[in-house]
Amino acid sequence: MQKTANKEHVEHERLSLTGNEATAYALKQANPDVAAVFPITPQTELMHAFAGYVADGLVKTEMIYVESEHSAMSATVGASAAGSRAVTATSANGLALMWEILYIASGLRLPIVMPVVNRALSAPINIHCDHSDTMGARDASWIHLFCENSQEAYDTAICAFRIAEHSDVLLPVMVNFDGFIISHTTEVVDVVADDSAVAKFIGEYKPWVKLLDIKNPITIGPLALTDYYFESKRQQVEAFEKSPAVIDSVFAEYGKLTGRTYERIEKYRTEDAEVILVSLGSTAGTAKDAVDMLREAGLKVGHIKIRSFRPFPSKMLRDAIGKAKVVGVLDRSLSFGAEFGPVCLETMVSLYGSDAKVRNFVYGLGGRDIFVEQIVETGKNLVELAHGKKDLPVQSFIGLRE
Amino acid sequence: MDSKLTWKQIPKGGIIPQAGNSDSYKTGGWRTYKPLHNPANCINCLRCFYLCPDSSILVKETKVTGIDYDHCKGCGVCARECPVNQRENKKPNETDRKPAIKMVLEEN
Repeated sequence: MQKTANKEHVEHERLSLTGNEATAYALKQANPDVAAVFPITPQTELMHAFAGYVADGLVKTEMIYVESEHSAMSATVGASAAGSRAVTATSANGLALMWEILYIASGLRLPIVMPVVNRALSAPINIHCDHSDTMGARDASWIHLFCENSQEAYDTAICAFRIAEHSDVLLPVMVNFDGFIISHTTEVVDVVADDSAVAKFIGEYKPWVKLLDIKNPITIGPLALTDYYFESKRQQVEAFEKSPAVIDSVFAEYGKLTGRTYERIEKYRTEDAEVILVSLGSTAGTAKDAVDMLREAGLKVGHIKIRSFRPFPSKMLRDAIGKAKVVGVLDRSLSFGAEFGPVCLETMVSLYGSDAKVRNFVYGLGGRDIFVEQIVETGKNLVELAHGKKDLPVQSFIGLRE
Repeated sequence: MDSKLTWKQIPKGGIIPQAGNSDSYKTGGWRTYKPLHNPANCINCLRCFYLCPDSSILVKETKVTGIDYDHCKGCGVCARECPVNQRENKKPNETDRKPAIKMVLEEN
């Protein structure tokens, strides 16, 4: 462990942590009032680590060991509605079991923070990474942030509280990172040395609803039928309309604190690119290495990593793609029955009216590895498409035995 | 519809910033069968009062005084659980029965 500090930023420590441990560390520093949890691979170690902080008295958190993920999310909703800062965490089938309560959390505008360690949905049973779990929940009115590595998981978990709790937003936030690839891989992570600096950044929790305030009784969760339900949903649209500005300002403020500044998308060597790859999560790191190799070979290829999937940064993405002729979108999940995967569908909508050709590459389902060479090969094919020397199907599969 | 509030005017999250407001939501229109209370046969055991899921049995000074038809949904729990009805239902002839609560079709 080494401690460093410079004049500009808060003092930090370098720790070797897995993605799960880094996120648990962020939760420790956030010190939530309630954590209602149920174990599921590969999330289990996250709340295992956090339970250690609870047992050691390092946090004030009331930990509730519930009997299912449906109960985990229900208890988190109850705790949040009572007026406390509440968290949970899950993966895959656990998220699927939370389904109906996800909509209740967002519909009640409860600023819950939930790390989701991305894992494939059964069947067949598979514990490894893909994005089919959270992609299924993409319309649940949660903010979805994706992380490339343990450092981003730590940073994003801290920022998530500020974003969720902002009065213009008041939406629950999922902090997504890839199961095993990030969750179980030890990396060097810069953490803020002083817990109180994180607590100060996140701020005192000021709940906008609190059932336990008996002097000001309110009703949470009443009926709203044909008369008011529609208006309530329109308010959620407004929250999403306002959320990009909040996310940007929280990321910028976090950058001032730590020196690590994020945006809703991350551009890598895109300025003069003819071909741009788009991806989420840990694959972005592999793709950036592939871009370096393609650039060394004289091919103008860039990469865009999407950090905020909801709200989807359509305009930002369109501007970043600019005049690129071809866009290759990497999807680690499928939208069965649709022509493209979820990230590609969003990218195409963002590019509506543009002349850029878009091709979708589905890869890595059930945790199958994707290698730099495979992305390099994909990049070369896309450059040939850009030069009119080759055509490619609109959707194809990387790393699949045909 | 025009008199209702817009999406900019209503509280967030569908909350109602007061408590105890289910009283103002009239659910009597849901009824198919309507309970009719007959005080002449009622023994005021108050079993219906504490079993009614909608708090629709009206009681004053330990006596059942009637039914709140603004909120009663006609579920029939009161009539089914009434000990007078249970005793009377054992009588062979319908005309001999003297139930304390009788369920009748709402249109009657």
